[in-house]
Amino acid sequence: MTKREVVVVGGGPAGLAAAIEAARLGAKVLVIDENKRPGGQLFKQIHKFFGSRAHNAGIRGIDIGKQLLKDTEEAGVEVWLDSAVVGVFSDNRVAVLRNQVTEIVQAEKILLCTGGSENALRFPGWTLPGVMGAGAAQTMINVNRVLPGKRILMVGSGNVGVIVAYQLMQAGAQVVGIVEGMPKIGAYGVHAAKVRRAGVPFFLGHTIVQAIGDDRVRQAIIGEFKDGQIVPNSEKIVDVDVICMAVGLRPLTELAWMAGVKHDFIPELGGWMPLHDENMESSVKGIYVAGDIAGVEEANTAMDEGRLAGVAIAQSLGCTSDEVAEAKKAEIRDRLTALRQGPFGERRLAAKQRIVEKGVN
Amino acid sequence: MDMRVQHHPILGDAEPVRMVKITVDGVEYEAREGEVIAAVLMANGIKTHRHTTYKHEPRGIYCGIGQCTDCVMTVNGQPNVRTCITPVEDGMVVETQDGFGKRGGTK
Repeated sequence: MTKREVVVVGGGPAGLAAAIEAARLGAKVLVIDENKRPGGQLFKQIHKFFGSRAHNAGIRGIDIGKQLLKDTEEAGVEVWLDSAVVGVFSDNRVAVLRNQVTEIVQAEKILLCTGGSENALRFPGWTLPGVMGAGAAQTMINVNRVLPGKRILMVGSGNVGVIVAYQLMQAGAQVVGIVEGMPKIGAYGVHAAKVRRAGVPFFLGHTIVQAIGDDRVRQAIIGEFKDGQIVPNSEKIVDVDVICMAVGLRPLTELAWMAGVKHDFIPELGGWMPLHDENMESSVKGIYVAGDIAGVEEANTAMDEGRLAGVAIAQSLGCTSDEVAEAKKAEIRDRLTALRQGPFGERRLAAKQRIVEKGVN
Repeated sequence: MDMRVQHHPILGDAEPVRMVKITVDGVEYEAREGEVIAAVLMANGIKTHRHTTYKHEPRGIYCGIGQCTDCVMTVNGQPNVRTCITPVEDGMVVETQDGFGKRGGTK
């Protein structure tokens, strides 16, 4: 059986940041990712991040991704690509599907950084080719460099919906509108202003009623949305060839459930998620969580949660003194608190504090 | 019809790469070496990757990252290949898949 000191599942921002931190403190770390390239969703994020300078404000996601890959290599982290973790078992064993064979890896500590997955919205016609997650459209334009269509309707005005709408325009598509069930735009003003300046109409208090088409989407019906109902006779027909759904994400928790980790429903952070303590350790000793699996937030919070877990893991393995580790963790926790400020962050901060207070046991 | 993003204000121009050829349901298409199968289909306006088993409804790209399996097709005779994450190879034979597909290909 293959043995490794630390196994990190998922090489996105949280997993890589954790691996770098733990490896720099002397831990032997293996990152396992099912994709052909690590970095998670960072290589689709061609917009500039914001926050403070400590949080990479003004730097594009793709460039943060490149830096992470460089640091991962320099820190001596081992990375398995094209390798899917299909199981987490007792005694910290991980099953990896690699080269069409399942291999068992025995770890001392496991960190789950599996990320999140996009929510779907079900309406008549939602299975037609051309109806897709906003993340799919973003992948197609920014990674594969091909447009899914020319006339796009975006459903959801949160950051994902608005940022992807803008990026679809940068790639050469027309965004015919952004539909939002709530009475106001969900995204940060700076992102919303960009699409608004470009002339994209927002249909606030509206929802998608139906997608129409034969073998592909050709039209969308949208309607006013009030008290959970579509207002009669408010429907409009729009010619489109793509309908994108940006209606939130949820933590990707299958492996955590499989490991027997205690979960709870935390609506502010996307739904069911594994509980964790202030070191990101779950209710199962030796299994840690960080990033969107531990509550859907942003890449910056994911990276800092990863670093926190990375330091805590290195500390528990005795790679570093408690004094050094505690100082590092305090610094990271301060940064995380700073990231969870403002009207968007406060609810997440309160939810995160509630999770730690609930305790894992 | 070419839906490829040749010029981009942030990413810059598409870099020239070697072109390879694949066939989709018997029709030959040019592909950029290393790109995923789904990109070739999308670049050529092909939206249907498969038809469902019982109702024979069309399905295409949904998640784009290999998670949902909506985009599976029969590739070189092997059914259920996730086209959004599988890179093209020169001479690859891709077929629209019916239902669970058939080993060896042809629907």
